[in-house]
Amino acid sequence: MLKDITIGQYFPGDSIIHKLDPRVKILIIALFITSLFFINSFYPYIFILLFISMVVKVASLPVKVILKGLKPLIFIILITFAINIFMTKGEVLFNIGPLTVTKEGLSTAVFMALRLIFLIVGTSLLTLTTSPIALTDGIEKLLSPFKKVGLPAHELAMMMTIALRFIPTLLEETDKIMKAQMARGADFESGNILNRAKNLVPLLVPLFINAFRRADELATAMEARCYRGGDHRTRLNDLKLDRKDIVIFTSMLVFFGLIISTRYM
Amino acid sequence: MLIDIKDVNYIYSPGTPFEKKALDNINLQINEGDFIGLIGHTGSGKSTLVQHLNGLMKPTSGSVVVDGINTNEKGVSLKEVRQKVGLVFQYPEHQLFEETIYKDIAFGPKNLGLSDEEVDKRVRDAMEDVGLDFESLKDRSPFELSGGQKRRVAIAGVIAMKPKVLVLDEPTAGLDPNGRDEILNEIKKLYEKEGITIILVSHSMEDVAKLVNRILVMDKGKLVMDDKTREVFKRASELEKIGLGVPQITTFMRKFKEKGNDVRDDILTVEEAKEELMKYLRRKKDA
Repeated sequence: MLKDITIGQYFPGDSIIHKLDPRVKILIIALFITSLFFINSFYPYIFILLFISMVVKVASLPVKVILKGLKPLIFIILITFAINIFMTKGEVLFNIGPLTVTKEGLSTAVFMALRLIFLIVGTSLLTLTTSPIALTDGIEKLLSPFKKVGLPAHELAMMMTIALRFIPTLLEETDKIMKAQMARGADFESGNILNRAKNLVPLLVPLFINAFRRADELATAMEARCYRGGDHRTRLNDLKLDRKDIVIFTSMLVFFGLIISTRYM
Repeated sequence: MLIDIKDVNYIYSPGTPFEKKALDNINLQINEGDFIGLIGHTGSGKSTLVQHLNGLMKPTSGSVVVDGINTNEKGVSLKEVRQKVGLVFQYPEHQLFEETIYKDIAFGPKNLGLSDEEVDKRVRDAMEDVGLDFESLKDRSPFELSGGQKRRVAIAGVIAMKPKVLVLDEPTAGLDPNGRDEILNEIKKLYEKEGITIILVSHSMEDVAKLVNRILVMDKGKLVMDDKTREVFKRASELEKIGLGVPQITTFMRKFKEKGNDVRDDILTVEEAKEELMKYLRRKKDA
């Protein structure tokens, strides 16, 4: 069940999208998110869907993996859908008990649900096609102009790298401790909410202890290799924009610009 | 027959680039009173196989029947299976969580729904089995203990469930030689005293050779050998081919025999070697 969490998961590949400069990818996703919020009718969604399917096709990502990424968030999507469908006033379509469903409600609900789904899928495309290291490198580079106003760009990026790096480790460890406690008869799957929360104690206590121990060890290991923060640090693979990055970025800029402009047409 | 494993396959993350066949058509019977050593390289599928024994993992295809219960069937009581097959994971001290040692060991028995008296008795017995003093330690925090003692507490937590089969995954990993011998001795005593079936997962030939009476060798998800300890170690060249050695003393005796000395070559421990060499020297003197 823990294996279902695909946020931050990297899906290795060799496509042009995998090789794109991470900065370009981050900016494109930022554009993608912005334009999603500008869209105010259904038909530009066709282009969003087109964009997503193109990326999926080119990067040859299995559709199953992407759908799996939606699974943990299905609850949020459903709640948004329910609130919108029942709370919008307008032309009444039908009643379910005390609740009324209006034409406007139905359309807003579907619209909002789609927006959320596209948002999640779009952002997961970034992490699925970019290795965590490339991603944080990109973020560090993008944030580096703000160093002048005191933003610790390198430290932030390092924290992100470490956090991303430890997601699979912690998941694996959770899985292991869970199994060890299940082997001792622990039950994580039944009972009411209160009992379930109580049953998590045998999982959470060892997990926290191990996480702190690991953090301590990692800090020591980094210090032993003379890590002193970002100043004067050089890197093995410096990010460089080449022609394909610039071409793709420009065309995406135009593409999303057009989508945003549909709002004003 | 206690555990019957038939045509078991297990595939990790099927349908993704990470797909990996961890178990490849495993057939295996485990009988009451067996003391088994399960040997293989990291990634050979040992841990995966072991988790199939108590229903933590279910085979992609094939069946695992534990004392008459098929773990793959819907609606079976996996709790019952887990009581019958106690599993001690690698580095089990990482699973400790309670405030006191007593409470931690009592966690398993309590989950079985036993009475307080029975739980109390089992905690005492389990602590004695692993060589921990009940009175002086029961109220202390498990986190204050040394690594070796923490591990004992964790093992006691599984023993207290009174399993029919006790599976220990690398119980000596990361311990110093003293701690290793102590733990192995306690396991041996447990086998002799309680007569429970034990499966010891290890990649150390030396540890296993001294204790067990049957060895399973795994390589790349396949069960490649399943025989009595001595028979397995006779196939030294095959073992070396899959990157597993035989105990040093066994190698020494084989070499010694190859030089034309008339000694047995299925020696497993230093003690045995000593006896055999003494006999050999006496024979030579008499001749």
